[in-house]
Amino acid sequence: MFYFILNRLAQAILVMAVVSAISFSLFNFVGDPVNNMVGQDATREQRIEIRQQLGLDDPILVQYQRFMVNVAQGDFGLSYRIKQPVSQLILEKLPATLELVFASAVIAVFIGIVLGVFTGIRRHSWVSKLIMSVSLIGVSLPTFIIGIGLIYLFAVYLRWLPSSGRAGVIELGGWKTSLLTVDGWRSIILPAVTLSLFQLTMILRLVRAEMLEVMRSDYIKFARARGLANRAIHFGHALRNTLVPVITIIGLNIGGLIAYSVITETVFQWPGTGLMFIQAVDFVDVPIMAAYLIFVALLFVVINLIVDILYFVVDPRIRRGGS
Amino acid sequence: MTNLLEINNLSVDFPSRRGQVAAVNKVSIEVAKGEVLGLVGESGAGKSTVGNSIINLLEPPGYISGGEIIFNGNRIDQLSNEEMRKIRGAKIGTIFQDPQTSLNPLMTIGKQLSETLIETLKISGSSAREKSIELLDSVGIPNPEPRLDAYPHQFSGGMRQRVVIALALAGDPDLIIADEPTTALDVSIQKQILDLIKSLCKQRNLGVIIVTHDIGVIAEIADRVAVMYNGQLVEQGKVEQVLQKPKHDYTKSLISAVPSGDQKLHRFTVVDYIDGSEEKVTLENVSEHWLSKNKSSETHGTAVSVKNLSIEFAIRQALFRKNRISLKAVDDVSIEIQTGESFGLVGESGSGKSTLARLIAGLYTPKSGDITIFGHNVLQKTQKTKTSLIRRKMQMIFQDPYSSLNSRMTVEDIISEPIRFHGSTENSSETLKVVRDLISFVGMPSTSLKKYPHEFSGGQRQRISIARALASRPEILICDEPTSALDVSVQANILNLLKDLQEELSLTMLFISHDLPVIRQMCDRVAVMQNGKICEIAETDKLFDHPEHDYSKHLLGLMPRMDLFRL
Repeated sequence: MFYFILNRLAQAILVMAVVSAISFSLFNFVGDPVNNMVGQDATREQRIEIRQQLGLDDPILVQYQRFMVNVAQGDFGLSYRIKQPVSQLILEKLPATLELVFASAVIAVFIGIVLGVFTGIRRHSWVSKLIMSVSLIGVSLPTFIIGIGLIYLFAVYLRWLPSSGRAGVIELGGWKTSLLTVDGWRSIILPAVTLSLFQLTMILRLVRAEMLEVMRSDYIKFARARGLANRAIHFGHALRNTLVPVITIIGLNIGGLIAYSVITETVFQWPGTGLMFIQAVDFVDVPIMAAYLIFVALLFVVINLIVDILYFVVDPRIRRGGS
Repeated sequence: MTNLLEINNLSVDFPSRRGQVAAVNKVSIEVAKGEVLGLVGESGAGKSTVGNSIINLLEPPGYISGGEIIFNGNRIDQLSNEEMRKIRGAKIGTIFQDPQTSLNPLMTIGKQLSETLIETLKISGSSAREKSIELLDSVGIPNPEPRLDAYPHQFSGGMRQRVVIALALAGDPDLIIADEPTTALDVSIQKQILDLIKSLCKQRNLGVIIVTHDIGVIAEIADRVAVMYNGQLVEQGKVEQVLQKPKHDYTKSLISAVPSGDQKLHRFTVVDYIDGSEEKVTLENVSEHWLSKNKSSETHGTAVSVKNLSIEFAIRQALFRKNRISLKAVDDVSIEIQTGESFGLVGESGSGKSTLARLIAGLYTPKSGDITIFGHNVLQKTQKTKTSLIRRKMQMIFQDPYSSLNSRMTVEDIISEPIRFHGSTENSSETLKVVRDLISFVGMPSTSLKKYPHEFSGGQRQRISIARALASRPEILICDEPTSALDVSVQANILNLLKDLQEELSLTMLFISHDLPVIRQMCDRVAVMQNGKICEIAETDKLFDHPEHDYSKHLLGLMPRMDLFRL
């Protein structure tokens, strides 16, 4: 177990180094940040001066080295546009994104598993068939269309929920949360549902397929032959055996939620890191973009590590050899 | 003696697109307390369906279309699901074939036991734990208390089947249905499990139905036997009567098809009662055929020589060498196989016999030792082209005919692939001709060439595998348990085919089996393997009549009792 985690950590560090190098080198091709920083009427000398201040004329390796040394000390530099430390900007926006991702992950996992189990057990009932048909919408419609559709229905037509923004924010020991007020809840519902829909259908379909597979297995037949109740068979025996592949997908999907949150946050004007990233791209704000990509990679790596550890918890067969 | 279970005129139908398929047709059997009834038949005979319909767990869309099942004086075939659930486990226990798959791999066996006990006996959690220990003790699991917290994969196959039996006994049932309880187990463990079932039956005065394809099992354990063929009951009676003086023709041929370990016969007796099981194999002019060309000149001498061969598999990976654990699957083995000889390799599962075959076939790379084929050391890395030419002379036939054929290729493509790969014919019309010849050599019509593997039965698929192996024009054939997934009647056909081919083509054969009677019939010399080592190599007759090594004696002692049912 210890050896295994050590091994995974070493891999994680390698992945992080590669991701940061690639993302950093890419930014040389996305445009010239100086154009966005100065006005139309800036002279050539002013531009050159800014380039030198920022060190943009140095070779790419030198820039990267300088960047990594600073990153290792937790310093992602100043945003070109807002002239504030990037780490501070990210920390400010992070609670909004994490709460959104958390809310939609809970929706996706909970509803996805429940519906997946249901459609797996009662696969011939018309309710299951309806769920499976509707779930196709979740897979096939792009997130922004679902978002706009929901806004139209619930915010414009029914006027039940706010259409955009993050309301009811309370500061709680440096963490700005919107989950403690009614207004906050009302404003998070639409973006969270929008963001979760794709993942929800993925999880639903996977759990259903795994359930069908497991329900055919000999140990389910043997459990029936021992006279166990259906509830014990479905949830005690079958569900747990479907979990290993499901955990893998959920792990990957939570990473995906953060990636997709860029679109959802834009549609709903949700003040999170995704929105910040899109704005940074518009202004070629390299420090923010680099920091954001590293942050996303880090999240993926951490989630994967957690998933690997969860395998140990769920499946005793993997535990062999460990203490 | 009143009957515990009575089945009258039971019929089970499976509706399909082509109309109703009667899996079971008007079968009547009864079981008394303290009695073991053997239900024997080949695959597709409907014997498992009878077992499943008793506990109302038929695979959909099967349903009971007629007859009645009376258990303890009450009709049970019309009960609702919920009422039936209360009978399953509590009144009727079931044991399935494969202990690998019948336990939930993610749950400790203690949990699975106490869950069943709480459900069927309505007792509390703490007394369920005590009862679990008692149960494990009664099925012969040593030191049961700490074993409660173990997971199924931490038990060996035989121990796992004991756990399954404990689970079947948990609800204190009156009737046990054991569906092929020992088919997935080694002979030595088979005997222990059968003894256990028998003694539990007598101690607890249980009725037991043993569903099996293996007449050896019936001879070992059953009091009475019912023979099924094609959904119908052909014969029923006391075990001695049915096995010694069978009345029905099917029973007679079934019994005579069981290979004998007592004496060597020229050919296996074929079950001629079964429709179309014997397809006449005619091997004409094979010596002038394409198959016999390109043969190396050697007709005697050593074909395969293995010296001090070893291989290890890592069981536990670790950072430090001292924590690593590896298993010596093949440990310092030396054998020599003469050209044209049938060399048998026998041993229980885990003895390393399949690993040795794979090493010789080049599927694994050994840790140390030498393999020489027709005088050429195939392990030396300097002459790779020579080695691959030599390897072409060797082909393998695998155990499982279901997974060893590519299900997305037609039979023609499967057989012609090696011919086209080696470029061993002039043009595509010759290839087609050779493929047609090969498929008729193995006793199948040429219409099968356009079909896909799933359209064939297990025995037919194994014939296709043999044709595919022959397509490389091999001189050495490695058969890894070629018939252990097949019924006895089909087994007899396949083994006869292999014998004929070997004689006609003077093939060298390495024949691997755990089945001693088969080995006796097929092989000239035999090596007995245990724990990766060779215990004894001897002429077949000498080994069977005068085994020298203790382990060989032990293995031979486990052969099914043939004396009971020799005609």
